[in-house]
Amino acid sequence: MAFNYDQYLRVNKMPTLWCWGCGDGVILKSFIRAVDKLGWKKDDICLVSGIGCSGRFSSYVDFNTVHTTHGRTIAFATGIKLANPDKHVVCVAGDGDALAIGGNHTIHGCRRNIDITMILINNFIYGLTNSQTSPTTPQGFWTVSQKAGNIDPTFDACKLAEAAGASFVGRETVNSPKKMEKLMIQAMEHKGFSFLDIQSNCHINLGRKNKMQSAMANLDWIDSITVSKKKYDTLSPEEQKNVFPTGVLKHDTEAKEYCELYEEIKKVHQGERKPITQDEFEKKI
Amino acid sequence: MSATREVISSGNELAAMAAVDAGCRFFGGYPLTPSSEVMHVISDLLPKVGGAAIQMEDEIAGVAAAIGAGMSGVRTLTATSGPGISLKAENLGLAQMCEVPLVVINVMRGGPSTGLPTRVSQGDVAQAKNPSHGDYKSITVCAGNLAECYTETVRAFNLADRFMQPVFVLLDETIGHMHAKAEIPTAQAVKEGIVPRKTFDGAPEDYLPYGVEQDQPAVLNPMFTGYRYHYTGLHHDASGFPTEEIETCRKLIDRLFQKVEKYTDEIESNEEYMIDDADILIIGYGSASLAIKEAINMLRKDGIKVGMFRPITLWPSPEKRLHELGQKFDKVLSVELNQGQYLEEIQRSMGRLDIAKLTKTNGRPFSPSDIIEKVKEL
Repeated sequence: MAFNYDQYLRVNKMPTLWCWGCGDGVILKSFIRAVDKLGWKKDDICLVSGIGCSGRFSSYVDFNTVHTTHGRTIAFATGIKLANPDKHVVCVAGDGDALAIGGNHTIHGCRRNIDITMILINNFIYGLTNSQTSPTTPQGFWTVSQKAGNIDPTFDACKLAEAAGASFVGRETVNSPKKMEKLMIQAMEHKGFSFLDIQSNCHINLGRKNKMQSAMANLDWIDSITVSKKKYDTLSPEEQKNVFPTGVLKHDTEAKEYCELYEEIKKVHQGERKPITQDEFEKKI
Repeated sequence: MSATREVISSGNELAAMAAVDAGCRFFGGYPLTPSSEVMHVISDLLPKVGGAAIQMEDEIAGVAAAIGAGMSGVRTLTATSGPGISLKAENLGLAQMCEVPLVVINVMRGGPSTGLPTRVSQGDVAQAKNPSHGDYKSITVCAGNLAECYTETVRAFNLADRFMQPVFVLLDETIGHMHAKAEIPTAQAVKEGIVPRKTFDGAPEDYLPYGVEQDQPAVLNPMFTGYRYHYTGLHHDASGFPTEEIETCRKLIDRLFQKVEKYTDEIESNEEYMIDDADILIIGYGSASLAIKEAINMLRKDGIKVGMFRPITLWPSPEKRLHELGQKFDKVLSVELNQGQYLEEIQRSMGRLDIAKLTKTNGRPFSPSDIIEKVKEL
């Protein structure tokens, strides 16, 4: 029997506002299947989105949902999670949202290692607002704000997340919905900050002016710039330059989760234990 | 048993104590002089009662975390000073639009920009009226003495839940850092006075968080309780979902105004000091009122009859009472630690422009002699 997505969707909000062939729908479906497999109750989930095409994600899922300001998903989610540590909090944000205007919150959400899952929908462009350069737009691509060709360096969001301290980091693409679902399950099950770079197509506002006018052409391009982590590790540094590894890139089960640490703060103030010292942390400086 | 207690404390500390006594269980903020002691104190108090306080990566995140907790149903606070309000402004607009209760303490310092970080000002009074873009009706209270740092913070939490929106508590550097004895209500008395936000207890399928009468605030149930709904900063319909339908958009903004405007009597709070027999009326608020009172006492010894009107709720302004007083007094003096931000409201409410003003923007508080000198010139 086909999977019943309707039980998790606000079906009266369908059809979505996303363009035909947009990868966001694939991500939405993978996310719903992941939630279903995890057995999470709809009442126990809060999904927080920002501004951009990905911002509409929150209005389509039948959870507690928050459509916030541009770039601030993790900041809002941190308040929701810390005030309700036993609930599930998931952020969905685009590359402009999470890496440009919201870059600071991405860094510090990762650093705190608070138990939130961040799903970055990375389509390499500001899609909703008609093709402005994003932090992941490749150099040399046409954008409406850099018609002569984008000169701004692009960067690897997963490397940022790893360096900033996220304890689970992974990447998949809309070309592999099953793998994406599996990765989402691992990320959401993980206790700590999990960061997923989900690469998606925007043939309308990225592809059209960059020789990828169809969804298929855009997806083929994504396929050409991604390799499995296993294969990536066998490549030379020169070869690694132009591809992104997919799969689980970091999985640290030892790192302490923020809300759990905060429980220790409560115990200190409630006289149940002595103040926290450096001895309790592996890293001393 | 007395319903009050005597404490020796500072304004910032009293505000933090008040928040916790009023049921606040979350604080999100960022260090900003001269407000930081609010965070220092509440980060000790909240975990003691099972709440949480977090220092975020910036001012924007501080208020966002606080609003997030508020969205989930928890009484929530942020504290900062003018530069922080400038940064928080966009998210304060989201809280107005989504109707999330939140208390924002602003311990005012000299501006604009970095200004005079450790010195006093009342320069954020106009900002408190409209910190964010767009139309909404701000609620702002202003403590005029140490005890009010406590009582007005408590009142702000109840107002936030009653009107479902952010409420500003304006302190200033002088009052925030003043350290002395204050008589404040007992924690028990405050607890008994807590009026929590309204909730809907019908069937989830009948729940319309924004489907309320045109003069009423949204009814937002706590998250994770079976009423799954949607918050958005976009214009939204009764269910909370985005819409651009013309009449719905008009009614939403109209309601954000009406829910406050129709009930200003519940919000208004003023002090009238020796105005019955006065010939001259001084209008001032916050720490300025302390110097004004002392000046009035000294002037009266010289036979000059002066009185003071002190708005405690600055926004919405006590426009009716100001209008009456404008009819009664020929000589009116406005005293503010800014260039006349509230003076414009006084002029508007009184319907006259001949209001004398005494202003100061050099980071120093008024002394009674400043005021005595000005009154004698009138």
